[in-house]
Amino acid sequence: MEILVCVKRVPDTAENEIEINSDGNDIERDDLVYSVNEWDNYAVEEAIQIVDKVGGSVTVVTVGDDESEEVLRREMAMGAEKGILLSDDAFEGSDGKGIATALKAAVEKGSYDLIFTGAQADDGAAQVGGMLAAMLDYPYASLVNLIEPGDGKLKVGREIEGGNQEINEIELPCVLSIQTGINEPRYVGIRGIRKVASVEIPTLGASDLGLDAGSVGEGAAKVRRVDYFMPEMGEGAEMLEGSTEEIIDKLIELLKAKGGLK
Amino acid sequence: MDSLLLSPATYKLFGFFPMVIFSVLIPVAAIALFTFILAKRLAPIVRAKPDFRFDRPVERVINVIKIWLGQYRHPRYMVAGVIHMTIFFGFLILSIRSTELVFKGIKEGFIFPGLGGILGHIYYTLKDYASTAVFIAAVVAFIRRAWFRPSRYSYPDSYGEDHTWEALLVLGFIMTLMVSESLYEAVAVAQQVHAGISPDFISPLTLGWFFEKISVHAGRSTLQSLHIISYYVHDLTFFTFLCFLPLGKHFHVITSLFNVYFMRLERGNIRPVRYGVSDEELDDLESFGVKKYDDFTWKDILDFYTCADCGRCSDQCPANFVGRPLSPRFISLKGRDFAFEHYSLFSDFTKRDEELIGTIYSEDEIWSCTTCGACEQECPIGIEYINKIVDLRRGMVDDGNVPQTLQKPLQSLGKRGNPYGKLEKKRADWTKELEDFEVKILDKKETADTLYFVDSVTSYDERMQSIAKATATILNRAGVDFGILGKKEKDSANEVRRFGEEMLFQDLRDRNTDAILDSGVSRIVTADPHALNALKHEYKDLPPVEHISQFMARSIAEGRIRLKGICPEEPGKVYTYHDPCYLGRHNSVYDDPREVIDAIAGIRRVEMVKSRDRSFCCSGGGLMLFYEPEEDERMGVVRVRMAKEAGANVIVTACPFCLTNIEDAIKVAGLEGEMEAIDLCELVEQHLQ
Repeated sequence: MEILVCVKRVPDTAENEIEINSDGNDIERDDLVYSVNEWDNYAVEEAIQIVDKVGGSVTVVTVGDDESEEVLRREMAMGAEKGILLSDDAFEGSDGKGIATALKAAVEKGSYDLIFTGAQADDGAAQVGGMLAAMLDYPYASLVNLIEPGDGKLKVGREIEGGNQEINEIELPCVLSIQTGINEPRYVGIRGIRKVASVEIPTLGASDLGLDAGSVGEGAAKVRRVDYFMPEMGEGAEMLEGSTEEIIDKLIELLKAKGGLK
Repeated sequence: MDSLLLSPATYKLFGFFPMVIFSVLIPVAAIALFTFILAKRLAPIVRAKPDFRFDRPVERVINVIKIWLGQYRHPRYMVAGVIHMTIFFGFLILSIRSTELVFKGIKEGFIFPGLGGILGHIYYTLKDYASTAVFIAAVVAFIRRAWFRPSRYSYPDSYGEDHTWEALLVLGFIMTLMVSESLYEAVAVAQQVHAGISPDFISPLTLGWFFEKISVHAGRSTLQSLHIISYYVHDLTFFTFLCFLPLGKHFHVITSLFNVYFMRLERGNIRPVRYGVSDEELDDLESFGVKKYDDFTWKDILDFYTCADCGRCSDQCPANFVGRPLSPRFISLKGRDFAFEHYSLFSDFTKRDEELIGTIYSEDEIWSCTTCGACEQECPIGIEYINKIVDLRRGMVDDGNVPQTLQKPLQSLGKRGNPYGKLEKKRADWTKELEDFEVKILDKKETADTLYFVDSVTSYDERMQSIAKATATILNRAGVDFGILGKKEKDSANEVRRFGEEMLFQDLRDRNTDAILDSGVSRIVTADPHALNALKHEYKDLPPVEHISQFMARSIAEGRIRLKGICPEEPGKVYTYHDPCYLGRHNSVYDDPREVIDAIAGIRRVEMVKSRDRSFCCSGGGLMLFYEPEEDERMGVVRVRMAKEAGANVIVTACPFCLTNIEDAIKVAGLEGEMEAIDLCELVEQHLQ
């Protein structure tokens, strides 16, 4: 089975203190550290496990700048065989549809039975997977937390509201968005990344993909960010301040006062 | 007048068959078999990975004299220790006699060279008492193993039947040897009495002496039969026992001498990924750590062979105590049984391709170890565990097999230099809360004589920042010109290495080393024993490092720090000191912290039963805080209970991780208000004059 996993480089929410910049149109990016989007790790791990079972290979792809190569290398250190970097100034400012357009072109340049995305990205809108499937005219299943490979089709499990599980059969080729918890992604250390440091990663631009520069990037974007802010404190909301101990004490006091604790 | 008894060398069975044939055949056959078994047992050692243990012969010989010959660690378990020492010293004495007996069966009247004269008189007297003492010790041990069955010898269900039978069989061999040797001699002397010649001297109140007193009433033919029978019973038992040794836990009789000679000389260090491969060449290695059996070093295999199944390691292991799936002795025993099975004595060697994790060892078993070192401290014959555990972890890390809860902190250590993923620039934030003085941050502009290495937990954890402030205050009051590295400081990575992430450890070590050397300081002090351990044993070419407790003890002695007495409004406070593993066992700092506490006039301090080198781990530091083990209860809770039993209500420790674990444990145990924990630096700060 040939599997393509779409991954993304994002600011790591666990390791950053996210603050809005002074212009109010983006977050402060000076001290940020980046890593691969958490959901994508589960998608790559799942792809590797499927290939271990039924054979084939895993390719990882991302749309981004040169720095995005590090997330491709990380996923290759996990066990993906190939990496593809889609990078072009023309992609700057793309909305979800623009990203999906670039990915669609990459899919068509290869021959994949199965395409994974993460269910969503830390900084995203969970839209690219569905759009990509629609553009490719492939069947699509979202929030997948179980996959059983079969002949020409897959059984996929989805967690639905209320914790119920649903199992669907889906025909190949298809696009799946992968939910966390589907597996336990393996650890990647410095040594693993160094091992794949010299593997060639092809960079494809808009022309390599046969894309009209007008179909991607800021010009083609029909969704535009207009503001970026921390939500105002709503009515009834209260921020507790102080040291952890003080916050806990205040919280207990509040819970007791409102009858939540006896 | 009767003639003397015929010796085994001249006696003829049924009047015609010379027994001397047996006297020759038995040793020749047995020694051939024994040599064959040993050669087979050597195979896995020869095939194992290298281990550099041929250096520093003087220290190694001193270890042999102290730990092997002197049985130095045995009295830590008094009853078993005394029994073992009796048998051990007895065997050493009787080895000459046993060898002599073998030759006596071939050549009548053979006497060991040098034992003809006065030396012989002394030796034979000594050996009479030795064999009697060994016999008594074996009887006591037999009763202890058969009836009293101390719990540390039992096997959990998952490991099958215990090996009591093996112990009893060997004690049976020993008793048989002692009785037959004494009887052989006693009946000959009895016949000398009958013959009216001056009988050989038998030491009074020994086994032989009793046998002589009883057998002197028997006739010549009975005595002759007993003489010959006891000789061959001794001969056969002796050689059966010899060939039985390499088949089980009694292999230690042969291997322990070598194991102690080659035991680790350093403490607090972890062995390299591969001996003979430099850090720069590590990238060329195909695989890291121990994944398959042949990845173990030859010393590991020797350790496996040497385990006597005495259970002392597991009896001291805190992980085993709280029901984690780790019992160090089974690390050894399972390793030994694997060798016995795959390097079979009487058939071809089988392939050893299977991954050890998932077959003989489990993931949780290997992650359960806090590397506290209690097992290695206890082992009377120098068996090691930490290096094997770390090497098995290196293998798992190399395969990406790391518990999910540890992956985030490891990733954060790589990106931010601390396991919490906090911003580098906030590493020195704790200094802003100091009002009386400023802490220098050693960058290009600032220099200082002393570096205070804070490390991650003390820098970032709100509660532990109080240790940082106390340490800085003490250094300031002692008049030390000191500073910290601030955002240039990274985690000391003591646990990163111990969790098998060697490359990340080396990366952090190198960054710290550069920052420390750039700062130009002439010495380093830290309040975190894990940092102390890493800087001292795992980094190279740094200025001298010491723990704050050592600094405080010296400063108090020299009068640079003065402490006031205990507050009169705090009567009823009884203090106890909890030895952190990385300060005590791994770095031998036991007395300094105690001296510091005792320097507070009027303080009441008690000792817990398990203290100093038998301290009970609080459940570990660094990455161990992020690991979620299977366990019945927390180590910290057990420790708090021990302090309570000692009559203490304040637990003083000298490690931020111990403080974290013990404070949590006090809450978990529901002893808030009744018990409290405090760091030594905080205690001293409160009593600064």
